[in-house]
Amino acid sequence: MSDAIKQATLEYATRLGDDSVVLGHRISEWVSYGPFLEEDIAYGNVALDYIGRARMYYTYAAELADDGRTEDDFAYMRSDRDYRNLLLMEMPRGDFAYSQVRQLFADVYATVMLPELLKSKDETLAAIAAKAIKETKYHLRRSRDWVLRLGDGTEESHKRTQKAVDQLWGYTHELFDMDETEQLLADNGIGVDVSKLRDAWHAMVSSILTEATITVPEDSWAVRGGRTGYHTENLGHMLTEMQIVHRSHPGCQW
Amino acid sequence: MNESTQAFREHPEFASLKIVEAITMTISQEENFMRKIENEEKIEPKDWMPEGYRKNLIRQMSQHAHSEVIGMQPEGNWITRAPSLRRKAVLLSKVQDEAGHGLYLYSATETLGISRAELIEALQTGEAKYASIFNYPTLTWGDVGAIGWLVDGAAICNQVSLQRTSYGPYSRGMIRICKEESFHQRQGYEALLALAKGSPEQKQMAQDSLDRFYWPALMMFGPHDSESAHSAKSMEWKIKRETNDDLRQKFIDQTVPQIEVLGLEHPDKEIKWNEERGHYDSGEIDWEEFYNVINGNGHCNRQRVEHHIDAHEEGTWVRDAITAYNVKKNAKKAQNAA
Ligand SMILES: [Fe+2]
Ligand SMILES: [Fe+2]
Ligand SMILES: [Fe+2]
Repeated sequence: MSDAIKQATLEYATRLGDDSVVLGHRISEWVSYGPFLEEDIAYGNVALDYIGRARMYYTYAAELADDGRTEDDFAYMRSDRDYRNLLLMEMPRGDFAYSQVRQLFADVYATVMLPELLKSKDETLAAIAAKAIKETKYHLRRSRDWVLRLGDGTEESHKRTQKAVDQLWGYTHELFDMDETEQLLADNGIGVDVSKLRDAWHAMVSSILTEATITVPEDSWAVRGGRTGYHTENLGHMLTEMQIVHRSHPGCQW
Repeated sequence: MNESTQAFREHPEFASLKIVEAITMTISQEENFMRKIENEEKIEPKDWMPEGYRKNLIRQMSQHAHSEVIGMQPEGNWITRAPSLRRKAVLLSKVQDEAGHGLYLYSATETLGISRAELIEALQTGEAKYASIFNYPTLTWGDVGAIGWLVDGAAICNQVSLQRTSYGPYSRGMIRICKEESFHQRQGYEALLALAKGSPEQKQMAQDSLDRFYWPALMMFGPHDSESAHSAKSMEWKIKRETNDDLRQKFIDQTVPQIEVLGLEHPDKEIKWNEERGHYDSGEIDWEEFYNVINGNGHCNRQRVEHHIDAHEEGTWVRDAITAYNVKKNAKKAQNAA
């Protein structure tokens, strides 16, 4: 592996790890707050899958960095300006409709992205994708079911779902942005060219939303910045909470 | 029915005959029930059982179910602050297991002819209880370890004994649940061990958690047998298999060497091996605190129930949406079929 590729892969694994840990954390905020016990268990499973993914991506990043850092250093010792997750993942928990709509957007994204990552020449990334694809099948079935039921449920649930879609839509555009790092990896058959996935994502999301009697928004606004560390105000608070114990005891084992 | 039979049925002799018949039936049912209990046969949902037995079971099983569910809160309190990704995953999955236990126990309780909605209602009105230990706050990361080790540990002592309980669904539930609880206990102990072997601050954290949770864990076994309101009948019906004090002694005994391995100080200064009894002698529990917390004066009594009510109420529109959606889908199906 050339040095440039290695650096880019390290950055890439970190980004995907950041996406995973941030979304997993947000989902975990639902534990004991779900609408019923079965849902607490089901959604908790999704959180667990994402934390698991974060660990795999970070472990690989640590291996590439080869500077003594561990998965936990990546998760706990970097500040929000260093985090490279997509903004969509860091948006707050919101109400149940908001979380399920975000989940649908993320699950469809994983559904179109992971099969591409599976083809990666990088064996570790491909192996992570292979495991994640199986999980995502279940995740998507779940979030799709929820959006259908909430969208086409009561007047109130419909209203909340439409509102969530409108509030989150502008954060989905950057899911398909490429930069130099990712372009280099895509050109070398390691990373995914997400710019080519927008249409597939849009088609799948639109068809689910339409079936849920939800109006697909016009592309009237777009906020970007996750991949450059230019975050919303939400991430700082989230990381403050997530990192407090770890950082209060530097260098300790848990 | 012809007129003579009609007259016969209305005759007072007939009525008393029926009563006698009913009484003999009941006696034989009751005898049959007690015979099963004595022979260590399980009572199953369709079997006849005395009303008191049913009530006693509903009380105990639902209390157990509620404890699993309310117990998600003090530990859930640390999911977002778990100090490593591995610990975060372990804790998440433990809290989920507890939700699963709650679910399983609600279903088992439903076999006694009561609905989950009624059970939850009783929890929210305060009519039904849950383990008082969860009215204690979780103040540090160490508490997560202490709960897994001590609280799940105490629960296991109780639940291992309940694997032999006389009601079939409860007994089977305990067998299934105990496996996971042992896993929780080991993970909790391991988390505390990491602290105890860590930095001075971490060790202090472990000691503090042990000090705060040790006595409440002992209280989980309930009052002394002499003071326990439900104990005698529960033992007779073999709902309960061992007394509060016996189970507590077992727990006290097993915990001493565990504290030694941690290298922490035992919170009970009177703990002392008694060669003659083959058990540890221990100091007296602060029963005033026990009743105080049970009666609503713990740090978290109101918070735990309110949290449950709030989540339940916030979930109403979600549950309504499911119902509405299903109604629409079924109507469509019927329309297509017609
Ligand atoms: Fe449990
Ligand atoms: Fe339990
Ligand atoms: Fe447990």
